[in-house]
Amino acid sequence: MSGESPLVDVRGLTFGYAATPVIEDVDLRVDRGEYVGIVGPNGSGKSTLLRLVLGLHEPDAGSAELLGHPARAFAERERVGYVAQDVTEDEKRMPITVSEVVLMGRFPHAGFGRVTEADRDRARDALETVGIGHLADRKITALSGGQRQRAYIARALAGEAELLVLDEPTVGVDAESVDAFFDLLDGLVADGLTVLLVEHDIGAVIEHASRVVCLNREVYFDGDPAAFAESDALDRAYGTNVRREEGGIVT
Amino acid sequence: MTPPVSLPTTALIPLLNAPVELLSRLVGLWSDGLGWVGDRLGIAMLEYVFMHHAFLVGALIAVMAPLIGTFLVHRQLALIGDALAHTAFAGVAVGLFVNSLLGTGISPYVTAIVVAVIAALAIELIAETTDAYNDVSMAIVLSTGFALGAVLISLNTGGLAVGINQYLFGNLSTVSRENAVLLVVLFAIVSLVVTITYKQLLYVTFDETAARVAGIDVPWYNRLMTTLTALVVVGAMQIMGVILVAAMLVVPVAAAAQLARGFREALLASVVLAQIAVVAGITLSFNYNTTAGGTIVLVAVGVYIAAVLAGKVQSRRAGDEVPERADDAEKPTSD
Repeated sequence: MSGESPLVDVRGLTFGYAATPVIEDVDLRVDRGEYVGIVGPNGSGKSTLLRLVLGLHEPDAGSAELLGHPARAFAERERVGYVAQDVTEDEKRMPITVSEVVLMGRFPHAGFGRVTEADRDRARDALETVGIGHLADRKITALSGGQRQRAYIARALAGEAELLVLDEPTVGVDAESVDAFFDLLDGLVADGLTVLLVEHDIGAVIEHASRVVCLNREVYFDGDPAAFAESDALDRAYGTNVRREEGGIVT
Repeated sequence: MTPPVSLPTTALIPLLNAPVELLSRLVGLWSDGLGWVGDRLGIAMLEYVFMHHAFLVGALIAVMAPLIGTFLVHRQLALIGDALAHTAFAGVAVGLFVNSLLGTGISPYVTAIVVAVIAALAIELIAETTDAYNDVSMAIVLSTGFALGAVLISLNTGGLAVGINQYLFGNLSTVSRENAVLLVVLFAIVSLVVTITYKQLLYVTFDETAARVAGIDVPWYNRLMTTLTALVVVGAMQIMGVILVAAMLVVPVAAAAQLARGFREALLASVVLAQIAVVAGITLSFNYNTTAGGTIVLVAVGVYIAAVLAGKVQSRRAGDEVPERADDAEKPTSD
């Protein structure tokens, strides 16, 4: 990891939608191969931080670099995959098949050119990798929440993303599928993918991620998951909303 | 019937004379061809040259409108077509007004295109600055356009108001060869642009945020989409009329969405359904002497209802294909 430039490099980042900052003086560096989970209470600015990393907002102060470019420049975006909270079910009745969605991962590569057979092969392979190859011709809205999130991961894989950014991907996904989803991520990280994840399920992050960032406007903790579980960062960041139980941590 | 109001658009730009001349000849050939077919098969309505033009224009509209409409409807922007049609009406009024004031011979359809495109960009500007498409701002643009058109026309002396019905409700018999040429040009622009930017438009339509993350300049494609909508609306206005033109952007698309699984499939289906509506609508309109736009829309709505029923039957038959539970997808091959 030494010497190589980080995939994400955030320094002194401050941002607010109104006068009060949602994010204040945040530093975050993600190197290749890391699996970073960002946790924090509701309204702690974790999704906003992700949006800043992706260039969707202009920082008020500080800088956000993605793949060595300012995030707002949107350069080399074929190297970034993005999976958001699943909103498909309620908001979109659009007719589109799973394979059409996954093929979108190839669009930044194709530009204004044609989508080739090689592009389609890659999309098919990506669907197989996430285990839903048999659903390729289904309407995306006919899939369960967990299956849809796999399809979006397949889209990122089809695009040969090096960095996968996920914003609360398991919201609305049933418990068994959540486990399977994190197993899938583990496999992808083992294959060399870098993952930056925002997740409300602290237990899952501690179990799977290689590094935990605890955020509530500022960074309260950044480091090893085991150390995080032992530390008081959780209590400080979450206030009194945390109970430690035998089975794990409940907010 | 009112005589065609438009004059050759070429009067504006002499450079375009040659290609327009060529297109005009091609339209002539189409007309000869249809006339011959009508003659051979004894189809009375194909004796009339204006019907040849009407069928050509109708067929082109039935490709363009669902093509653009598919992107609009699935972004829940169906209302934009209506707003732009009403501003295009203001454009027509501006053209008629300027002509009567200055004695120029500009086609009202050309001024309609200019005004509708300006309105399209204004809608996008409002959406970008307020960070959302807003049905209130859309309604304001819609009524402003129509009000401006109404005022300009009532300002006009000289009986031009008599001819306004054809713009409101559409008219088959006023489709001149020049209009047909204008339509062919609009069709070429719209289909070329959509073909080139299909992937970007699809991405933006499906998921705007993911499209931005993927480096697609979303505001630019929104502007492009709305501008294309303005072109389609003006093109279709002559047959469909201001009031009903937006239906062609929406109804065949809604019908196709009932039947199709994929996006490409939905696009194709919407074009096929729109063609059925246009050909049947124009034929009925001629035979029963009814207004073309209204007849086409009624046929289209009939097609939509049939599609809804067919879709219900289809999904009942595919009842075994209900979403499987997640355990179905538990064997990733990556590890």
